[in-house]
Amino acid sequence: MDKLIEQFSLGLFFWQLILFVALVLLLKKFAWKPILNAVNDREEGILKALESAENARKEMQNLTADNERILKEARIERDAMLKEAREMKDSIISEAKGEAHAQATKVIEQAKATIESEKHAAIAEIKNQVAELSLEIAEKVMRNELSDKNKQIKLVEDMLKEVKL
Amino acid sequence: MYRINVLKTLTFLFFAITVSVNAANNPDEAIPAEQESPVQNLKTEIKEYINHHLLDSYDFTLYSYTNDAGEHKYISAPLPVILIDSGLKVFSSSKFHHGETVAEVDGQFYALYHNKIYKTDALGTINHNEENHATNEKPLDFSITKNVVFIILVGLFMLLIFSRMANSYKNNPMPKGIGRIFEPLILFIRNDIAIPNIGEKHYRKYMSYLLTVFFFIWIINLLGLTPLGVNVTNNIAVTLALALVTYFITTFSGNKNYWKHIFWMPGVPWPMKIILAPIELLGTVIKPFSLMIRLYANITAGHIVLMSIIGLMFIFKNWIGSPLSFGLAFALSLLELLVAALQAYIFTMLSALYFGSAVEEHDHH
Repeated sequence: MDKLIEQFSLGLFFWQLILFVALVLLLKKFAWKPILNAVNDREEGILKALESAENARKEMQNLTADNERILKEARIERDAMLKEAREMKDSIISEAKGEAHAQATKVIEQAKATIESEKHAAIAEIKNQVAELSLEIAEKVMRNELSDKNKQIKLVEDMLKEVKL
Repeated sequence: MYRINVLKTLTFLFFAITVSVNAANNPDEAIPAEQESPVQNLKTEIKEYINHHLLDSYDFTLYSYTNDAGEHKYISAPLPVILIDSGLKVFSSSKFHHGETVAEVDGQFYALYHNKIYKTDALGTINHNEENHATNEKPLDFSITKNVVFIILVGLFMLLIFSRMANSYKNNPMPKGIGRIFEPLILFIRNDIAIPNIGEKHYRKYMSYLLTVFFFIWIINLLGLTPLGVNVTNNIAVTLALALVTYFITTFSGNKNYWKHIFWMPGVPWPMKIILAPIELLGTVIKPFSLMIRLYANITAGHIVLMSIIGLMFIFKNWIGSPLSFGLAFALSLLELLVAALQAYIFTMLSALYFGSAVEEHDHH
């Protein structure tokens, strides 16, 4: 300890203190600040780059997912449209069928009705003509028959025979 | 003296092998014949040399040797001496001739004694007290010593390296060149020292200090392992200055909670609070004090052990002992490399811990 105190050099202490403090200040200005700032900036830059890469990756994922979703939706829509078209076709066909059937039935009905009425008319006319003819025939027969007395009697007799009492 | 000086270079791996072989080949060359116990003398010399190495010096000496004529020759550069002693006195340390002569400046005489400057007379008389300490007056000494030179050099080196590194970020988000080595260390100090100890909220304002102190201690410790003979962090004055900065930053950034925990510890009965207050107050000083001692002691111990083991080579002086101590010195150098970084880490880590305690918000109480 004695030796330490004896050896202690005030001059060296003075110079060391002055020079060292000056060195700290000079290095701070010319070296440590720029170096630490550069290193910090670089580290922040790396972090930012990593972050943006991650973001880009996520965005890409989102985009792909979106695409897939859109594709899926389109497919579903297409399927729906196809189905609708098929249904529409079926319904149109069946409707058309029904209508045709109804129309046909109607036409047939009408035809039937016309035929019936025509038939009635024809029958009525035939009846009339038959009646007229019968009357004419009867007239002629009557005249013929009634021109001869015998025959008239015979007729009456025949008729009477026919009439059963 | 020559061989021991040169053998500082042993810490350099490749030089080491050739030099030690040379030294082992010429064992008796430099030992004067008239000495009775060369080994004893060598031990003293080694011890003195180690003590000398641990001290600061007024010139930058790479090595010295004794030439054939018996003169000491130094391969060195003088440094300026700045004294405040009835006015500012600035002169070159070459006036001392490595402590061999007395320097006369403006009618005042100064002598080097145990690497300290004392006021003396023209003959260089040094008076001693009974504990063998010099009692001469010491002038206020603000000399640019070897350690100061290396503090300046390391500071300039750090400024150059790190401001260049900062510039390289201007055009490029990634570090370039030397920044590739230093960036992981800077990130380590930020992520593993500053943020866990101080907290995400406050750590930014302490980063400059933590980074500077870490790299300063580390680089200067590493320089201490080179054969340049630098030993900045084993001066108590240097570690005191560093620890003092930590202390002041801690004290001035202490929030209400920090002071409350020192003077009126919550959650303990009041007699305990009175007992705890002085202990806690003392603790604020002891913490940086331990920083100072830890760094100083670790580096000093490393230097002493390493140099002692290198010195052993000259005491063994045979083909078994010298390679053995060379191997030991080599292993220890590797360990010292680790210690250099470890001490820097510990100093930074503990500083961060103290700053953290100063700004901590005790929400859980």
